[in-house]
Amino acid sequence: MNRHKIESVVKFIFLILGLVTIACVLLITVYLVIAGIPAIREIGIIDFLFGTKWASTAAEPQFGILPFILTSIYGTAGAIVIGVPIGFMTAVFTAKVAPRKIRMAIEEAVSLLAGIPSVVYGLVGMLILVPGIRDLFDIPDGASLFAAIIVLAIMILPSIINVSLTALEAVPKEYEEASLALGATEIETYFRVSVPAAKSGIAAAVVLGVGRAIGEAMAVMMVSGNAPNMPDSLFQSVRFLTTAVASEMSYSSGLQRQALFSIALVLFLFIMMINALLNFLMKRDKEG
Amino acid sequence: MAALENININNGMANAASADTAAESSRSGIRSAGSGTGASAGGNTGMIKTPLSPRRKAYIGTMTGLMWFCSIITCGLVVYILAYVLFRGIPNISWEFVSTSPSYLSGNIGILPDIMNTIYIVLASLVIVLPLGVGAAVYLTEYATNKKLVDIIEYAAETLSGIPSIIYGLVGMLFFCQFMGLQTSLLAGALTLVIMNLPTIMRTTQESLKTVPQSYREGAFGLGAGKWRVIRTVVLPNCIDGIITGCILATGRILGESAALLFTAGFAHALNGPIKGLQSAGASLTVALYVYAKEQGEFEVAFGIAAILVVLTLILNVAARLVGAYFKKKRDR
Repeated sequence: MNRHKIESVVKFIFLILGLVTIACVLLITVYLVIAGIPAIREIGIIDFLFGTKWASTAAEPQFGILPFILTSIYGTAGAIVIGVPIGFMTAVFTAKVAPRKIRMAIEEAVSLLAGIPSVVYGLVGMLILVPGIRDLFDIPDGASLFAAIIVLAIMILPSIINVSLTALEAVPKEYEEASLALGATEIETYFRVSVPAAKSGIAAAVVLGVGRAIGEAMAVMMVSGNAPNMPDSLFQSVRFLTTAVASEMSYSSGLQRQALFSIALVLFLFIMMINALLNFLMKRDKEG
Repeated sequence: MAALENININNGMANAASADTAAESSRSGIRSAGSGTGASAGGNTGMIKTPLSPRRKAYIGTMTGLMWFCSIITCGLVVYILAYVLFRGIPNISWEFVSTSPSYLSGNIGILPDIMNTIYIVLASLVIVLPLGVGAAVYLTEYATNKKLVDIIEYAAETLSGIPSIIYGLVGMLFFCQFMGLQTSLLAGALTLVIMNLPTIMRTTQESLKTVPQSYREGAFGLGAGKWRVIRTVVLPNCIDGIITGCILATGRILGESAALLFTAGFAHALNGPIKGLQSAGASLTVALYVYAKEQGEFEVAFGIAAILVVLTLILNVAARLVGAYFKKKRDR
């Protein structure tokens, strides 16, 4: 009897531990919604989402976050345009072509790239990229959308390479052998058989990259200049959704502070959509 | 499902062949099948060998070139960033730098408090996240019978790992600092990081729990052991590698985290003991790097910290690989 009691107590404890994850997600969602809704109500959802001017500390404060939303979208798109081809090609090379030694070196490099803290990327970006862009394009300040795009492109490389690599490795050997037997060369086989067969996984890699890029805060804050401009040009000082929250939080108060929570809520909704898409792709990849 | 896969192959084939006329592809097919299988090529002496069409050659050449180019870019970037940070950072690291506190009076900048804060945060987070993560993994693999609940928990874990750290920082500030009254403190920061690292520990433990052979469990059950006893004495000792790997990964993530700590742990540089330290605000190494670089323009200090962080990243990477290799060897034996 006693043993049974212990067993059921232990089972209950493990159940609780298992439920902690769900509780955390709920906690985050509930807190963001509760904290984010009041300002949206007060400002008005249209004015908030589509207002083009952010002047939170002005005498007549304005809270339009369209510049941040567009910057986040452009920045992420730019990072994907640069990062995905490089990551994809590296993944195909590593999975299929590279000799064992080179393969190990690339994997080591990629895991280091993933491990470098984002502030270090920001620091290197501040001192190399920003002055470089300033001199190369002859503009007064290099801290710009373009600098942020390059930093983000580098930072999403590990996610893209690792997930594509896993997907490419999972392609059944028979597909490739069949293609080779039909007369395709090895390179043709990799790109026209293996890659299409792994396309769900590679799509998942891209979506994961989008999620990483849109959520990155510190590195971007250090190189993007941080002025709440509309992103009209690549070489403008801009502010992302993430950096909008981070840069004003420490001195904010009242409606301004609440508006920052609303920005976080918008960012959270973006991320949840991306997560759902990612989950869908991963599942489809698993089922083949 | 099998039919679907067949269609997939056919699509692939059609793509592979579409670059050429049908006749050409069938002829050159013989050619590359011969060269592809190497050893059996000797038997194909009677067959006609046609060179690849210029278009195919160009395609192959371009793709090969692009692959090498991109891989070299990736590796080059890593080497460049590491070399640059170490080259600029190491000259700034001295015994005084790592063993003193910053002082406005003497203008001295030391990072000992930041090092201590980082150690406190890493230890506090791991101590809390380990039982949670391992427990959740044990529940999922050993107890859970409801498939739906398992799916929900796994989806929740995936969601957690996709949430950006700045959002963890905000919620941590609202929940731990304000609602639970912890103020801006290392403990609040550590608790925020616990939520962030929960999925990591859970996943690595789960992976290694799956590799514990079912027969071990059955053997123990057969000897009359209860479920809890089996978990305690058979299952957990056999998944220690997953737990250690999880710890290393989590440590790496905590070391590199900054956005989540900015508003939860703050950026003070006071030197405290572990108990008082956890209760008061303090900057971790990454946060200190950010503050020195962005707000104070002390780039030399920032590079010193960056070099330390990069070296720690290198060490953790090597450690993860060694641990993996060690346990793989042990298991294979």
